[in-house]
Amino acid sequence: MKSKKHGFLKFLAVITVLFCFAAKGYSKEPYKIGAIFSVTGPASFLGEPEKNTALMLMDQINKAGGINGHPLEIIVEDSKSAEADAVLAAKKLLEKDNVLAIVGPSTTGESMALVPVMNNAKTPLVSCAAGYPITNPVNERYWIFKTPQYDVSAVEAIYTHMKKHGITKVGIVTIATGFGDAGRKALLDTAPKFGITIVADERYGAKDSDMTTQLTKIKAAGAQAVINWSVGPGQVVITKNWHDLKLGIPLYQSHGWGSKKNIELAGKAAEGVIAPLGRLVVWDKLPDKHPQKALLKKYESDYKARYKGEPGTFGGHAYDAVMMVVEALKKVGPDKAKIRDYIEKNIKKWPGTGGIFNMSEKDHCGLDMTAFEMVTVKNGDWEILK
Amino acid sequence: MGKTNFFVLICLGVLVLLFPLVISDSYNLTIGVFAGVNALLALGLCVLMGFAGQASLGQAGFYGIGAYISAILSIKYGLPVALSMVIAAIVSGISAIMIAVPALRLRGHYLAVATLGFGEIVYVLLNELGPGGPSGFGDIPHLNLFGYIFKSSLSNFYLVWCFVLLVIIFSFNLVNSRIGRAMKAIHDSEVASNAMGLDVAALKIKVFILSAIYASFAGSFYAHFVTFLSPSTFSLFQSILILMMVILGGASNLWGAILGAIIITILPEALRKFEELDVLVYGIILTLSLLFMRKGIVPLIIDKLKVEKKHA
Amino acid sequence: MLTVLMQFLFSGITVGAVYALVGLGFNIIYNATSIINLAQGEFVVLGGLLMWFFTESVKLPFFLSVILTLLSAGLIGLLMERLTIRPLRGAELLVMIMITVAVSIVLRGLIMFKFGKDPYGYEPFTSGEPLMIFGAVIQQQVLWVLGITLSLIFLVYLFFNKTMLGKAMSACAVNPLAAKLVGINVSKMIMISFVLSAILGAVGGIAITPISLMEYDKGPALAVKGFCAAIMGGLGQGMGAVVGGFIIGILESLTAGYIHSGFKDAVALVIMLAILVFKPSGIFGSKSVMQVRKF
Repeated sequence: MKSKKHGFLKFLAVITVLFCFAAKGYSKEPYKIGAIFSVTGPASFLGEPEKNTALMLMDQINKAGGINGHPLEIIVEDSKSAEADAVLAAKKLLEKDNVLAIVGPSTTGESMALVPVMNNAKTPLVSCAAGYPITNPVNERYWIFKTPQYDVSAVEAIYTHMKKHGITKVGIVTIATGFGDAGRKALLDTAPKFGITIVADERYGAKDSDMTTQLTKIKAAGAQAVINWSVGPGQVVITKNWHDLKLGIPLYQSHGWGSKKNIELAGKAAEGVIAPLGRLVVWDKLPDKHPQKALLKKYESDYKARYKGEPGTFGGHAYDAVMMVVEALKKVGPDKAKIRDYIEKNIKKWPGTGGIFNMSEKDHCGLDMTAFEMVTVKNGDWEILK
Repeated sequence: MGKTNFFVLICLGVLVLLFPLVISDSYNLTIGVFAGVNALLALGLCVLMGFAGQASLGQAGFYGIGAYISAILSIKYGLPVALSMVIAAIVSGISAIMIAVPALRLRGHYLAVATLGFGEIVYVLLNELGPGGPSGFGDIPHLNLFGYIFKSSLSNFYLVWCFVLLVIIFSFNLVNSRIGRAMKAIHDSEVASNAMGLDVAALKIKVFILSAIYASFAGSFYAHFVTFLSPSTFSLFQSILILMMVILGGASNLWGAILGAIIITILPEALRKFEELDVLVYGIILTLSLLFMRKGIVPLIIDKLKVEKKHA
Repeated sequence: MLTVLMQFLFSGITVGAVYALVGLGFNIIYNATSIINLAQGEFVVLGGLLMWFFTESVKLPFFLSVILTLLSAGLIGLLMERLTIRPLRGAELLVMIMITVAVSIVLRGLIMFKFGKDPYGYEPFTSGEPLMIFGAVIQQQVLWVLGITLSLIFLVYLFFNKTMLGKAMSACAVNPLAAKLVGINVSKMIMISFVLSAILGAVGGIAITPISLMEYDKGPALAVKGFCAAIMGGLGQGMGAVVGGFIIGILESLTAGYIHSGFKDAVALVIMLAILVFKPSGIFGSKSVMQVRKF
């Protein structure tokens, strides 16, 4: 009898131990990534799709078994488009949640505010904002990367197109926000390299309802083309004003133009507007062999199925940032320095939504002018210009 | 200062001393720093409103001037931060005089409107002419006093709150001094005060300058702590927030201002879980507080205590 | 040169019309209650968004949508008065102003909850090519905005000066105690003032949305500018706000056109400050009137 009892107990012990091992296999330590987006505030048109994308990817990855069996946890914080809040959110993520990396923030201002914080915490930051100073000078941005194309690259794409069409005198009109400001600076600084003269430099506010004054001035100054740099309804108002005034000179928009909603709201006024856009909005017009086509198609249809709206190029920046960190985690595990090294050294010829990335020691952005397609609006739809 | 107030001051001082020992993580201490900055802003407005009966919807303007001037002086001209802060305060004071002299001829809320205009104009100027425009600028140096650099949340927490305590002591002395009593008199009746020989206008201007200086230092502390500035921090909404702090806590009571500041600072953090709806919840809480706690929290508590004392 | 000037002028009076309506709304409430209703701008937003809702989402015919929008706006104004203003009667004026700020935050939050942050638009009232007036290109909708605004202002003028109800409201403004003594129901007048202001704001929103689209957070900027218009015209001088609104709109446009578009937003504020310094009672106000007012 005694031996039987002992035998049963031993059996129980073995089963218990085995069970613990098995359970451990299903409940590995989660990999925590922080995300700071401008979900509310003036930049929420950036932050909302970015947050949605991050959460969608988290679910998809976890449904597929996580990262090497580890569940992925993306902790999203809202910076309310304010730098101080971004700093606060970063501190929380770094100190309370002990995240391995941070994705975001959505704006250049907030990203700049985080540079010292991330450098001090020796934790990688993959920003979803476009400003040049975020990743330059590169030797002071050891831990900082970004996924959106540089504003300068979009400007270069526009100027290249203009040069091809013999345009040398340009009027610019920009919105008085961080986005517009960065664009304006890039437009002014890059113009001489392409032999372009800026004959008019106008501005407008985010909530303005009529820009006919600015456009009239631009035409009167002798511009051969107009460039508008903004996101939000300002783009639509400018387009309608441009159309009504029959300015007779082409209207170029920034890469913020890439949303079907803009065409919808502007109606027939949008015909002929030209812009450098990320390939996400025109993936269906790409040749099938294009390395970005398949992932763009999947991203857009997944996003639409889950959120019933377009992700837009801005959501795509979060996609690229998250996927880069996830890939690094897969390959090198939960080590901040190794993740940083991986992103810098191994993200090469890497197809993302923003373009094909080539990160390096000298370039923590990885994209240039070729990330854009020059697109025009024809019959209410996008058309890639040859 | 009065026995009760002295007692509360000591309590507050002890709290300030002990807080970082209990809550030592950088994140919560950072909130503590912001609470201190807001306390300075609220104190400035409280002195103006509660004791001189003047409203201001433009405190964010002085806040912004204090932040930007101090930051620009220390970056562009390499001045020591402490000196920059003082110069910024002087600039704020001068701006206050420039508005106060014409505007204080106006009655009650015409003054509030003038201050609103001032705050908005400062905002537009910061947006247009400030370094980096709407995107703001960074790389602002930390305060360096006798070789010690105030970099961490801990050091800044003590720095700001010690300043707050000093300002409280100064403000109480002001309230109980001849000037303070004169201010109270004005609040009750300007006509009578004038008849008694008080230079009402001059006193109002002085109080206005003082509130501007408090706000200016708040801005400077903010700038040299966060090391990054952008105009969006100094919008009309910020002025409204400061006003809410004072009204919520109790406009006639310095402690009310501090309590209001702490509540308004913590509220967004507590509301983080509501995400986008937090603004709505914020608005609802404020509406309900105004509807049901009109005089402000601290006076309400004081009244309740008085009633209890009577019945005791 | 004339063409360019005309273009600037029309741009200015278009946006000035909306400022005028907002300013008029401010005055009506101020007249009845001495309160500055800083939620005034949200009614413009509501007008535009609700109109979109009825015409594009529910797909109702134009006139029915207009009526429903105005009724809804009026109802919201009524609720605001009953729930947040009435209970605070007798409180300090600053608290009253603060509650309107709190209400504007709540309204904005609710609007954002229902409509999100996207811009919304709908077709102009008449379709067709823009007109050429003195060489300036004018969208047809601009004429609608002007026409509606001016008609409405005329109606409001008639209301206050020719109808019993309107005259009763004016009486409340001048001396509430005396008004009560002659049997005027002051609290009813206050309620009507809020409803009327809400409707005025909503009309502005309905008319301007086809031109400039509408989003949830356009309210505060409009409120500030409309308020400057009211101060310019003289707080409490109903029609003064209208003149103020148009002047601000035109000066903004001219500043953007001839000086520098970056400083456009400061124009309204600078004018307001100048008025406060040199003639606080406004263009049409008088010193004595200003003293009588509790403001």
